[in-house]
Order: sequence, then C-alpha cells, then structure tokens
Amino acid sequence: MNDVMIEAQNLVKRYDDFTAIDNVSMKVRRGEVLGFLGPNGAGKSTTMKILTCFTSPTEGSAKVNGCDITTDSLGVRASLGYLPESTALYTDMLVLEYLQFAAELRGLTGGDIKKRLKAVVEETGLGDVIAKQIRALSKGYKQRVGLAQSLIHEPPILILDEPMSGLDPNQAVEIRDLIKDIGRERTVILSTHNLAEVQVACNRVLIISKGRIVADDTPEGLRDRAGKAHYSLTLQKQGDDGFAKQAEAALKNLPGVEAARLTEDEAGELTYEVIPRGNDDLRPVLFKTAVDKGYTLLGLKREGQNLEEVFRELTTGPAVTPTNTKAAA
Amino acid sequence: MQRTLTIAKREFRGYFNSPAAYIVICLFLLMMGFFFWNPFFLINRASVRNMYDLMAILLLPTAPALTMGLLAEEKRQGTIEILLTMPVRDTEVILGKYLAAFGLLTVLLTLTLAYPISVSTLGNLDWGPVWAGYLALLLEGGAMLALGVLASSWTDNQLIAFFTSGMICFIFWVVSRFLPFIPQQAASVVEWLSFDYHFQDIVRGVVDSRHIIYFLTVIGFSLALAFRSLESRRWS
Repeated sequence: MNDVMIEAQNLVKRYDDFTAIDNVSMKVRRGEVLGFLGPNGAGKSTTMKILTCFTSPTEGSAKVNGCDITTDSLGVRASLGYLPESTALYTDMLVLEYLQFAAELRGLTGGDIKKRLKAVVEETGLGDVIAKQIRALSKGYKQRVGLAQSLIHEPPILILDEPMSGLDPNQAVEIRDLIKDIGRERTVILSTHNLAEVQVACNRVLIISKGRIVADDTPEGLRDRAGKAHYSLTLQKQGDDGFAKQAEAALKNLPGVEAARLTEDEAGELTYEVIPRGNDDLRPVLFKTAVDKGYTLLGLKREGQNLEEVFRELTTGPAVTPTNTKAAA
Repeated sequence: MQRTLTIAKREFRGYFNSPAAYIVICLFLLMMGFFFWNPFFLINRASVRNMYDLMAILLLPTAPALTMGLLAEEKRQGTIEILLTMPVRDTEVILGKYLAAFGLLTVLLTLTLAYPISVSTLGNLDWGPVWAGYLALLLEGGAMLALGVLASSWTDNQLIAFFTSGMICFIFWVVSRFLPFIPQQAASVVEWLSFDYHFQDIVRGVVDSRHIIYFLTVIGFSLALAFRSLESRRWS
C-alpha cells in the first residue's frame, strides 16, 4: 500500500519575468498535517493552486492520490477538498443551498447528500446559521462554510490556504482545533504565516521562501535546529562592584555550563546569560548554587530559540538548499 | 451533464436572488410596452409584425446585461477558484452558465407572449408567423448571450464585459444596414454574417436550416472561444 498522497517533483511556475515557485518538490504521506509556512508572496498559494489543478506548472509534475495533475485533473480534483485563501463563496446563497450545490458538483446524490450535509454541518458547527444568507455571516462562519464545502465529499486530502487568517483569536483556535480533528483521518496541507498555529496543528513543517523550500522538518526539529536552550538568571547586586565578576566566575565554573556572561546591570539587578554544554536542564543547579553562595535570586528563565526566530532566519537570508532533506530522500 | 445542470440551476436562481433579473425584465417589458402600443393603433391592424424588430433591438442591451457577470464576477470575487477546483470540466462550467442565461431569456420572451395574446383578442391573429418570430428571437438572443459569455470570460470587470459584448452584438446587428456602402463582392459575405439577414428570413416564415445553423454556429463558436479563454488561466 503506497501511502504517499501528494508527490510533487521540481515544480516551477513562471509568470512572464517573475518566478513564483522554483523547483519545489515534496512528499506528503497519509495522515500527515503539513504546515506550509512562508512570508507573503513566497509561493505558498501558487503551489496550492498547482496541486488543486487551478493552474498548471511551467515545469515539473505532481501526483495527488495517484492521479497526475496534468493528465488526470478530474481525478485529482475528485480526491481533494480545497479552501482558497480568499474563501470566496457565493454570498447570495443560503448556507444550506451552497453546501447542497457543492455536494451536487462533487457528484453526491439523493440520500448521500442529506447524510453528508448533516455530518459536515455538525462537524463545522454551522447548525445555527444553516438558513442564513452567506453574505450575512461573520468571517469566522464564512470560513467554516468554506471548510464544510471542502469536506462534503469526505476527501482523503485537504488543501487549506490560510484557513485561519483574518479570524479573531477565539475563532482561530476553534478552526485550528477543527483542522486538527480533521487531520486525524486525512492528509492535510495548510498554509499560514502564523507559527503558533503550525506548532499546535501540524506534525510537519515546510518553509518556503522566494519560491524555494528552505526547510522541511517537524516543528520540534525546527526548534532544536534553532540552537540550544539558554538560561537567563537575575541576581540582586550585593556589596561592591567585584560582586558581578565573582558571580560570573561562579556560574562559569559550574558543571554543565559552557559559558556565562553578564548581559545587564541595572537598578541593582544583574542579569546573566548562561549557555549550557549539554541538554540537561540547568535550572536546579543554578538555583542551588545561588542558595549555597547566598545570592538573592530574582529570576531564572529557560529560553529556547523559538520558531519565529528560525522562520526569520530561514526566510530573510539568501535562498539556500534544504539542510534537512528528510522528505526529499 | 448533471454538473452542467447543477451549475445552470445555481446561476438561474442567482438571477432571482438579486434585484438584477427583476430590473432587467421590468425594463425590457416597460420599453416594449411603450414602443409596441405607441404605433399600434395608428397602423390599426391586428399584427405583431414590428414586435420582433423591436424586441431584437431591446435585446441588444438586455443580453449583455444578463451575461456580463457570469464569469467576470466569479473572477472578481474569487469564487471561480472553488468552482474550478471541483471535479467539473471547464466546458460544463461554460455550458451551465450559458444555459442559465438562456433560461432567463426564455422566461423573458414567454412574458412577452402577453402581446400576441392581447392582440389576438382585438382581431384575427395568425399564430404561425408568431411562432416563427419567437424562434428567430430565441436564436438571435441565444447568439447574443453566447457572445456575452465570451466577453465575460475575457475580463473580471462586469461593466467591461457589458460594453464589449454590447458592442459586438450591435455590430452583428447593424452591419446589414451598411450593405450599400460595402463593395459588391464583400457585401454578400457581410450580409450572410449579419444577424438581421437570417433573422428577417425566419420572421418572414422562411425557417430554413441554413439560418438555424448560422445561429447555432455563432453560439458554438463563441462558447468554444469562452472555453479557451477560461482554460488559458492555467498557462498564464
């Protein structure tokens, strides 16, 4: 059983003199929720439009659920549900009418339509607005209608272009949880530029920048790659100026500490940055040391480099080849 | 085929979901009423002969108004993205939308049957030519709608679609009136290409297959071009 649901090879899309995506390859397996991350204009939407057969690649090929995007576009489209970035729905229709229309175009008939309508309305929580005109709905509800439309035929693959953009935080969390639920049984690709969403909803992240894939990893892997955790320790200043040096030396000499340096000396508070040697949590050692030496500990924080920094690093530098080629292998 | 009908059904309902269809129908009927009855009693004959010419002229702005949004508005709103990523062929989309417009044209023309019916109560009306006239209107109107779908596929601006198709339809309609100014050899070709040449023949009762084929060709050709234009998005 081949469980590669989406396989893209060397996709290139050029518009006149502008290259939207350049040599994008990826493999997405069954049950994966892939976060497609990148700044605006990096090529996320273009890639999605190619995979959904809305547009064709200039070069390269892709298979979705075993169907080729150029030779079997109907097969590709039948196996996926798509929510475009604009979430543009027919605003003059009622929610129910719209979903019925989507179901019919998806080739469902009679009893199946009713059954699936009921299921997606429940799944996406549209029960209250089913008889409302789409134009009267809030952005969050429109997004749900868009999701419901993409789920109506129980597709094995879902492609969602910025499903959480423009929503208020509550709505975003609801939609995110919904996508997480959906992702348990299906293959999902979702694009976003919100890193928190990726960390929560996705089990794999693809970062695209200037049309090229610059990273392909798990959210945890990305964070590890970003560098080791470090500690920030704040002590109350005691006695004369020699105290700062003394404390710094004491920290440096601790086992498991690679380096320590004073980063801030303000209003009687000394803040040190402590870089660990291994991966063990240094906080207990740091606390005990402070107590033993009679220091007054004002703060102790463990800081990991977060995804934001990784993202910025990967997407602002010059385009580089993926350093982690797990998926390309 | 089922999908074509699904799209046609949605578009057709869509006409009535907004005031647009009502306004177009009302305007059409109002103008028709005015221009029809005005000279009617002067002529003092139970004939609806001049009604067809009148309706053909009124269709010149009406048909583009019915088709202008069909594709242009989908493109502007972005709704076309969901539509075209469903398992539907581009041909089904074009045909479905065309059928919806054609359906509305049929409704419109059916409403105008009030005129021959009321005339028939005033005198003896020969219904044979009436049906021929309506056939001519359906064919010419159908051709105008197909040109309208084509113009709508070229742009994402309804107004541009309206004026483009309005202009093309007007040229097809008006060109037969300029025949005296066209060189002899070209004149017969131009005449054959004009709407009116075929329209007038059918209205006169000459329901020749040549005329029917002419209109069907215009419809088929326009829709095929619209299909091409829709498909070209993939390569742009």
